[in-house]
Amino acid sequence: MIKFFLMVNKQGQTRLCKYYEHVETNKRTLLETEVIKSCLSRSNEQCSFIEFKDFKLIYRQYAALFIVVGVNDTENEMAIYEFIHNFVEVLDEYFSRVSELDIMFNLDKVHIILDEMVLNGCIVETNRARILAPLLILDKMSES
Amino acid sequence: MSATTVVPQLVQILRTLVTTGYSTEHSISGVSDPFLQVQILRLLRILGRNHEESSETMNDLLAQVATNTDTSRNAGNAVLFETVLTVMDIRSAPGLRVLAVNILGRFLLNNDKNIRYVALTSLLRMVQSDHSAVQRHRPTVVECLRDPDASLSRRALELSLALVNSSNVRAMTQELQSFLESCPPDLRADCASGILLAAERFAPTKRWHIDTILRVLTTAGTYVRDDAVANLTQLIGGAQELHAYSVRRLYSALAEDISQQPLVQVAAWCIGEYGDLLLEGSCEETEPLQVEEEEVLALLEKVLQSHMSLPATRGYALTALMKLSTRLRGDSSRIRQVVSIFGSCLDVELQQRAVEYNTLFRKYDHMRAAILEKMPLVERGGPQVDGEAEESKETQLSETALVSTEPQASKLLDLLDLLDGTSGDAQPPPLLDPSPGGTLIHLLDLPCAPPPPPSIPDLRVFEREGLQLSLSFVRPPGTPALLLITVTATNTSGADVTHFICQAAVPKSFQLQLQAPSGDTVPAQDGLPVTQLLRILNPNKAPLRLKLRLTYNHFGQSVQEIFEVNNLPVETWQ
Repeated sequence: MIKFFLMVNKQGQTRLCKYYEHVETNKRTLLETEVIKSCLSRSNEQCSFIEFKDFKLIYRQYAALFIVVGVNDTENEMAIYEFIHNFVEVLDEYFSRVSELDIMFNLDKVHIILDEMVLNGCIVETNRARILAPLLILDKMSES
Repeated sequence: MSATTVVPQLVQILRTLVTTGYSTEHSISGVSDPFLQVQILRLLRILGRNHEESSETMNDLLAQVATNTDTSRNAGNAVLFETVLTVMDIRSAPGLRVLAVNILGRFLLNNDKNIRYVALTSLLRMVQSDHSAVQRHRPTVVECLRDPDASLSRRALELSLALVNSSNVRAMTQELQSFLESCPPDLRADCASGILLAAERFAPTKRWHIDTILRVLTTAGTYVRDDAVANLTQLIGGAQELHAYSVRRLYSALAEDISQQPLVQVAAWCIGEYGDLLLEGSCEETEPLQVEEEEVLALLEKVLQSHMSLPATRGYALTALMKLSTRLRGDSSRIRQVVSIFGSCLDVELQQRAVEYNTLFRKYDHMRAAILEKMPLVERGGPQVDGEAEESKETQLSETALVSTEPQASKLLDLLDLLDGTSGDAQPPPLLDPSPGGTLIHLLDLPCAPPPPPSIPDLRVFEREGLQLSLSFVRPPGTPALLLITVTATNTSGADVTHFICQAAVPKSFQLQLQAPSGDTVPAQDGLPVTQLLRILNPNKAPLRLKLRLTYNHFGQSVQEIFEVNNLPVETWQ
């Protein structure tokens, strides 16, 4: 089960956070700072899976943005690693060459995409066309 | 739908996914919908666990997936990883298991760190069940130890420790020790204790064992567990022929570095015990080392004065100095001086030791040699190779503890029966043997299962209107002059007896001690009796005479009675 999904930039500012298991608001910032600290301190040579408290962290770096997913023991780490890339590709298709600014200014759309893909900590949809279909319909409605 | 119907369907779906190619939208880098594949495999794993039939249906499919998946991209590797996990968990054919281990071996050789990490984790899980298969990949695992990545080296360390067995123990400990020298501090404690444990279980010779422990202590001394010191001293003590060798090695190690506390403690102990062997001459196993008495004493003094030494270490060094005073041929004035300085040390433990040793020098010099001679082998309490010996010792200890609590428990139960039961039976039934009086108060004084003294019959001495007084006697076997009498007052009448006081008098040659009574009210209708213990010392073994005086209130009247106890049994005073 996926416990949380974070997008944090190199300066430590959280661009997106989604928790699939309830964590109190004041504890969230603490968790995020610790997570980003352990991810930032690693070099390119080291592997992308970290053991952190009682769950595993799988992170991937895209330019200045870190995407970190925290999972429990039962998940396949490599599948989650692939899933992160899949998510970024979906964003890429929707925003056409996505950057950090796109995510900052369209946070609601990014949340909708993530909600289509992950439900209650389980991956439910990975097909790009199907994920983006409701969003494209919404866009069409708002234009007309 | 039961598992048996679902599994063939799942197998069918997965087969179509793998072979025919689902749809281009769902394919990720050449693998058709890896997420779905992974989920199906996970479900198959859960269904196939401990289920013969389902496992058989899956065997072919798993082999097909394992061979057909493209491993050049990460997605393919993810599917392969999940397949390996599934093969490990279900009741698969042995050929399939070998295939799984080979896949993991291939992962280990891959350059990508993620894949290596994942392979090490799954190998760790497999090492319990398929030990020999994993052994084949031992060289690669050892390679991974040297990886700069912290999580990778931690995994590799755990796996290497699990892979050590009696045939490869020398090579493995060599590798692990070189790792210990260079590893990050948080892994050192685990590595050190792992090496020590492996050495204990698989040591080919005692000398090798001692060497290994020595090396661990010199490299990572501060990180070892506390019982390592005790284990090493026990080990050295047991290896008779290696005393000279070990004391020399320890002396040279200590001479170089006195900061690592466990090393210093063991070295100090050894030098103290086997100091004469250190000084006497050459030992064929190490280079000839000429050591003077002065040097040894100087080194121990340095340990004592160093601010890096813990109080425990100083204790070791002080005792070692004392032992040397008998072993060395020179005079012991220098040692006496040092010991007397510590007589005013602020640490209470050290001060006590120093004062005791000082007294040993001054007043009991003739006993010094006898007291300080070589120690016999200490009984081992910790983990050992023949675990049965330790377990039997533990069960013995727990059995004796059990046995000693049982008599007390049974006595308590009998007493409760006594107090609850007996209507109309005024005299308390003959009491159980070892209990002096068998009353609740004295239960707490009971020793653990002593041999029962011969029982003296009870005596009823007084009876008036329902109030009865009886005496019970015990002669404890350890003290022949002592007699314990318990005076028990019971009341069978309808009214309570209050303000009950019992006093006793004996002839002048005896010593009498009256202990406090259990109460001063004897409730009616066989309520809780009042008891009182009398201790009589009879050193001359004269015939016993006892006079009792009772005062109490009964039926609204105050009563006073004085009488002498006749027909005391002979056993009470002989």
